[in-house]
Amino acid sequence: MTTAQLAEKIKERFPNLSQTEFRDEISVQVPLEQIELACQICRDELGFDFLVDISSVDHFGEEPRFEIVYEFYSLEQNIHLRLKTKVSEERLEVPTISRLWEGANWHEREIFDMMGIRFANHPDLRRILMWDGYPYFPLRKDFPLEGKPSDMPDVAFSDVAPLAGGPFVTAPTDTGTKDREPRARPPG
Amino acid sequence: MATIAPAAYDSKVEGNVIFSRLDACINWMRKNSLWPMPMGLACCAIELMAAGASRFDIARFGAEVMRFSPRQSDVMIVAGTVTYKMALAVKRIYDQMPEPKWVIAMGACASSGGMYRSYAVLQGIDHLLPVDVYVSGCPPRPEALLEGLMKLQHKIMHEPAIEDQKRALFEAVS
Repeated sequence: MTTAQLAEKIKERFPNLSQTEFRDEISVQVPLEQIELACQICRDELGFDFLVDISSVDHFGEEPRFEIVYEFYSLEQNIHLRLKTKVSEERLEVPTISRLWEGANWHEREIFDMMGIRFANHPDLRRILMWDGYPYFPLRKDFPLEGKPSDMPDVAFSDVAPLAGGPFVTAPTDTGTKDREPRARPPG
Repeated sequence: MATIAPAAYDSKVEGNVIFSRLDACINWMRKNSLWPMPMGLACCAIELMAAGASRFDIARFGAEVMRFSPRQSDVMIVAGTVTYKMALAVKRIYDQMPEPKWVIAMGACASSGGMYRSYAVLQGIDHLLPVDVYVSGCPPRPEALLEGLMKLQHKIMHEPAIEDQKRALFEAVS
């Protein structure tokens, strides 16, 4: 199956959903209520047997604020598919797909840990990278890079990292390596 | 005719006696048998392994006995990025080591957080432990670690081994 054939199939199966194509890969916008069903259809009918990744995006300042991205791959047909669904900040709950792919379990735990998005009916929704009881969601855009202090006696603590004028970031430019070099670039 | 006066001592033994201070002897023994606790937390641990292997051979400095039990270790080599999640575990292992004990912070991360100016990484293990030697590099070459080890040996040679105990004993007696 080629990308064009897949696009045709998706149009048949999900007539109301908008899809975009970029570099031979298709992304489909799915409403949150239908995401679980859409994932099931992708797996059972379209032959996407491999869940590559689930990730989340924080569009801070926009509404709805968050977006979950599912990346599927078909080992047999050698083709990618991406499903995207928007999640609003008022109702931070997404149905789990760990029922369909076992591997979704840890991907969803990571999203919960980093972004604070909960997954309904998840079998084991605990933090996976930070420790249980860490009070923040550090990959949100409104969380400072240097971190925030926290303290849980006998478990872990965290503190603010000195940024010393940084963060030190590169700026894309054609003028040469001297201008591209990482240095402190305060906003504005 | 010149005669050799009979010796009042056994000259054979006399030739094999060295006079020194007890502190110096103890330190000399300690510095040449430093058993490391390899606290390998990131890529620095690979260089630490190389330092332990045949090409660089940390055994030349008496520190080849990597102990994975803190109870048998003298020097903790913190090799790698210390995250906040790991920090108290490192502290606990350090606390379990018997005195006297030393700490080498190997590489940029263990010394200062390195390139990780971030919410997840402790900005240097010296926030928790008293570090004796910092080794720069990202990661340091095995030679750099050996240089750090020699610096530590030098430091051990110049610190009082039992002076503090003697002082405490005299105070207790008087």
